[in-house]
Amino acid sequence: MVQENGKETTLALKLRVWRQRRGQPGAFEEHALAAVPTSASFLEMMDMLNEQLIKQGKDTFAFDHDCREGICGMCSMTINGMPHGPLPGVTTCQLHMRNFRDGETITVEPWRARAFPVIKDLAVDRSAFDKVIQSGGFITVRTGSAPEANNIPVPKPVADEAMDAAECIGCGACVASCKNGSAMLFVGAKINHLNILPQGQAERDRRTLAMVKTMDEAGFGNCTNYGECQAHCPKSITLDVIAKLNRDYLRARVKEFFSSTGKPSKGGD
Amino acid sequence: MALTGLVLIGFVLGHLLGNLLMFKGEKALNEYAQWLHDHAGLIWTARTVLVISVFAHIWVGIKLSLENKASREGGPAVDATRRATLASRTMPYSGVVILGFIVFHLLHYTFKAVAVSYQGDSVYAMVVAGFTQPAVALFYIVSMLLLCLHLGHGVSSVFQTLGLRNERWRGRLDALAQAYAWFIALGFISIPLAVLAGLIK
Repeated sequence: MVQENGKETTLALKLRVWRQRRGQPGAFEEHALAAVPTSASFLEMMDMLNEQLIKQGKDTFAFDHDCREGICGMCSMTINGMPHGPLPGVTTCQLHMRNFRDGETITVEPWRARAFPVIKDLAVDRSAFDKVIQSGGFITVRTGSAPEANNIPVPKPVADEAMDAAECIGCGACVASCKNGSAMLFVGAKINHLNILPQGQAERDRRTLAMVKTMDEAGFGNCTNYGECQAHCPKSITLDVIAKLNRDYLRARVKEFFSSTGKPSKGGD
Repeated sequence: MALTGLVLIGFVLGHLLGNLLMFKGEKALNEYAQWLHDHAGLIWTARTVLVISVFAHIWVGIKLSLENKASREGGPAVDATRRATLASRTMPYSGVVILGFIVFHLLHYTFKAVAVSYQGDSVYAMVVAGFTQPAVALFYIVSMLLLCLHLGHGVSSVFQTLGLRNERWRGRLDALAQAYAWFIALGFISIPLAVLAGLIK
């Protein structure tokens, strides 16, 4: 921390940033960046770097960003090996440069996972998450006028639990931090969010089976209980959602296995 | 991993309780061994379930490791592990050593093919003869410490896979897994140590 007496200071940084074109092997590029205010966010620091590159007539670094207030799930970047950087419970856009030291070398990489191929530099293709959502991350309802809010009672603890799971912004830090490239925390959060609410019951088993199937097909790894996802999640989603995903998946598989066909068996009893 | 692991977790406890009869004396252990051999149906059922579990455990473990390695594509250039334990990160390696141990252990005391000159009927005397060799005893002790590492992560993971864990219970279940792992490992280790120390002759 370089902030002295509450006053803003500036940092001179050495940056090792990943440069890659789609389908080609990538490499780190080193850049020096001076006069970075400690009050700047990490993304603003990256903007400064890109402005410097434009002035030098060089290609800028591509990186994802949108709301810059920690709720959209668009920003990514693995900073010194940590998705969303060294502060637990925040996104890259909410990480400020006061968390770094003057003269520090910062390594900036994209999310590293087979299911998230690099588009360019630090931007990765996270459409595998969209496919998982499309396969069951929704509740089928009649569209039109909004339903009366109290028609379906939701107990407060259930609503709280669903909201905790719904905090997931789908950024993919769980996959990027997992040594197996597993998406269980993301899928667990989405499943929990919908499966515990009364509105989600009708499609509960179908949703669970479909989302897990899509997750496996997308090339994500398997959970071996490292716990890195929880430690890096900017929304501090806990491993509870994975335990519950496992429980719901087991339940759905057993129910599917013993489901009634509605017809007598051929052999007859 | 969890279901086959559960069978093996139960097996090591049964095996340990049988082994601890070493401390009760030669007669108790040999009678227990004879009892097992007299119940051929029981012992062969147990052996069949164990062999299937071991092979399934290894097969799924290999599949899991290969898939997970491929999914990561090398990972970031800088390693910044926050909470993954040593045990969790070394499961395939501790597993391989334990497999090597199982093979040696079967050749040693079941088939009496290696490192034991004793060929009589007393299981007790055979165990004592086996562990009077310090190298053999040391290999058993090291393997059991690795089993402890493996169980420490494995037992707590069983709860997670079966969906029987939450933030409130996580710490308690981890502690339970550690206690179980150390009980099993130290229990097994106590026998070669006792032989080496001359407490069991």
